[in-house]
Amino acid sequence: MNKLQLYKRKSILLLLGTAALLPALSGCGSSAEAASSSADDNTLIVFNYGDYIEQETIDLFEEETGITVKYEQYVTPEDMYTKYSSGSIDYDLICTSDYMVEKMIQAGETLPIDTSSMEYYDNLDPVYLEFSEAFDPGNQYAVPYFFGTVGICYNTAMIEDESAPESWSVLWEEQYRSSIVMENSMRDAFLVPLKWKGHSLNSTDKTELQEALDLLKDQKELVMAYLVDETRDMMIAGDAALAVIYSGDASVAMEENEDLDYTIPSEGSNLWIDCWFIPDSCRHKENAEKFIDFMNRPDIAMMNFDYVWYGTPNLAVKEELDEETQEDPTVFPPEEVLENLEVYNYLGAEMDTYYNQMWKELKSY
Amino acid sequence: MNKRKLLAGPYLVWAVGFIILPLLIVLYYGLTRADGSFTLENLTAIADPIHLKALGQSLLIALGSTVISLVIAYPLAYILSKLQSGRGGIMYMMFILPMWINFMLRVLAIQMILSNNGLLNALLTFLHLPAQHLMYSRAAILIGMTYDYLPFMILPIYNAMCKIDRDLLDAAADLGAGRIVTFRHVVLPLSLPGVISGIIMVFIPSISEFAIADILGGSKILLIGNVIEQEFSLSSNWNLGSGLSVILMIFIFISMAVMNRTDSPEEGLTI
Repeated sequence: MNKLQLYKRKSILLLLGTAALLPALSGCGSSAEAASSSADDNTLIVFNYGDYIEQETIDLFEEETGITVKYEQYVTPEDMYTKYSSGSIDYDLICTSDYMVEKMIQAGETLPIDTSSMEYYDNLDPVYLEFSEAFDPGNQYAVPYFFGTVGICYNTAMIEDESAPESWSVLWEEQYRSSIVMENSMRDAFLVPLKWKGHSLNSTDKTELQEALDLLKDQKELVMAYLVDETRDMMIAGDAALAVIYSGDASVAMEENEDLDYTIPSEGSNLWIDCWFIPDSCRHKENAEKFIDFMNRPDIAMMNFDYVWYGTPNLAVKEELDEETQEDPTVFPPEEVLENLEVYNYLGAEMDTYYNQMWKELKSY
Repeated sequence: MNKRKLLAGPYLVWAVGFIILPLLIVLYYGLTRADGSFTLENLTAIADPIHLKALGQSLLIALGSTVISLVIAYPLAYILSKLQSGRGGIMYMMFILPMWINFMLRVLAIQMILSNNGLLNALLTFLHLPAQHLMYSRAAILIGMTYDYLPFMILPIYNAMCKIDRDLLDAAADLGAGRIVTFRHVVLPLSLPGVISGIIMVFIPSISEFAIADILGGSKILLIGNVIEQEFSLSSNWNLGSGLSVILMIFIFISMAVMNRTDSPEEGLTI
C-alpha cells in the first residue's frame, strides 16, 4: 500500500466520517436498520488489509458455499480498530497483525475459534502456531494467515566487500551517511537498536529503551529518510545502500533489481504474523469458521501465496513449492534464524504512551 | 417565507454540517480528557519543547514558502497583467493549469524530479555539474510547498493588477511620472489587497501542512501538522490532537487578523 493510496483512503474515511454525522442530525437511524437486516442473511463480512488476498478465492468460496461475502479493506491496524469500534458494521471475520490481535484478545473483543471441526487446520505449521502462542496462548482466538520478518535490504554494488551485513551496527556506520533508510514505523524502528544491544524487542525496561532512543538520535543524521512503503522503490532505484525493510517488500525489490539482497542480522529480529480472528461483533460465526478453513485448503492457500508471496504457515503449500522457493531465506527463514526471532507483544497502554513520546522525541530531534 | 432565505438553505446545511459542527467537536475534544472531564492541559501541551519546536518549524517553513511564492508571483503577475488579453490569457492558463491536478500527484512528481537518481540530477550530470542531494531535506519541503501553493499567490495578485484602471496609469504618465514612480505610487498600492489575500492563501494552508513534509522530508522534520496527525492516527489521543489543533487555529486567526488590519477596507479581498 503506498502513501498516495493511504492519504486517499484517509481523506475518503474523513469524508465518510463527516457524512455520517448528517443522518444523525436529521434523526433517522438508517445505520441500525442496515445492521439488523444483514443479520438474517447467509452472508459473511470480512475485513482485511488492502490487496492481501487473491480475489478469485473469494468468488470460489461464494460459489461453493452459497455464502455471500462482503469484503472490506483497510490500511493500518489502527484504522481497522477505529472502524471496528465505531460499531457501524458488524464484522464477522478480521485479518490483522499480531500485536493488534493481542490487544483485542486482552480487551475481550474476540471470540474463540472452533478449530477442532476444521478439515484443513492440520496443514498449519506447528512452528508458527507456537510463535502465535506469544500473543494468543493456546491458539484459541487466532489462525495464522501469512508471516514475515524485518531485516536489512542491501545493495551489493554500494556496500563494502559485497557480503551480507552481520550486525545491525552497520546502520550506524559513517560511510553510509545519507544512504540508510529506516522504518517509519515506531516498533520496527526501535527493534533495531534494542536487538543490536541484545535486548528483547518487547523490552519495557526504561533504561534499555532510553539507550535505544539515544542510539536512534545519534543515527538520525546518517539516515536519508524514514519510510515505509517507498522503501522498496528507493532500493529498486538504487537510491539507498541499506534499508530496514519487511521481507515481503524485500522479495519484490530483489525481483526488480538483481544487486539487492536481504539478510536478518545475527542479533535477531522480529517475526510478524497476520492472523484471522473472529471479533465479538460477529453474527455469522459458522460462516467465518468455514471461511478460515477454506483459506487453509491447499489449493486456495496456494492461490493466495502466489498472489501475496509472503511466508505461508501452510505446510501443504510449502511442500508443493519448488526447492528454490522453499529455501528462499527471504520467504521462509531458516531454522537458525528462526531461533533469534521474536513476535511483538502488546505492551499495555502506559508503554504505548511512553513509546509514542519517544517517537515524537526522535522525530523532532 | 422569504424566498431569499430559502436559497441560503443548502449553504446553511453545508456550513453547519461541515464547518461549525466539526469545529465544535474539535473544541469539545480539545477541552476534555479521555474520560470526558474538563481540562486545559491539551492546550497548554503546546509548551512542551517538542511541540514548540514543531510549531516553530511549521512557522518557519510556512513563512519561507510564502516569501518565495511572493517573490516569484509578484513580477509574474505584473508581467501577465501587462500582456495583451489573448497572449496574457494563455500565459495565465499555463500558471493556473497545475492547480487542476491533484496536489498529491504534484508532490509525487516533485519527488521523481528531486530524488538522487531523478531528473534533476540526470540533467546536472549531463551538464557535468555536481549532483545535488535535495530530496529528504528542508529545501525539498520548501520547493514542494512553493510549487503547490504558488498559483494561490499568482491568482489574487494578477486579479488585483488587472483591475487597475488604465486611466490612472495614463494620468500618471500625463503628470510626468516615469515607470518607476508610476509603479511605486499607483500599481504597488493598488495591488496590495491582492498581495495580502495571496499571503493569507499561501501561509495558512502551509502552516498546518504535514503530508508534503512526510513525503519530501522523509519524515525527518517534525511539523506541528505531523504531531497532530500522529496523535490521531498512531497514539489515538484525539484529545491532545484536538487541543493542538485549537492552538494552531488560534495562530491562524491571529495571522488573518493581522493581515486584515493592513488590508484597506474599501478594496476588500480580491480572490
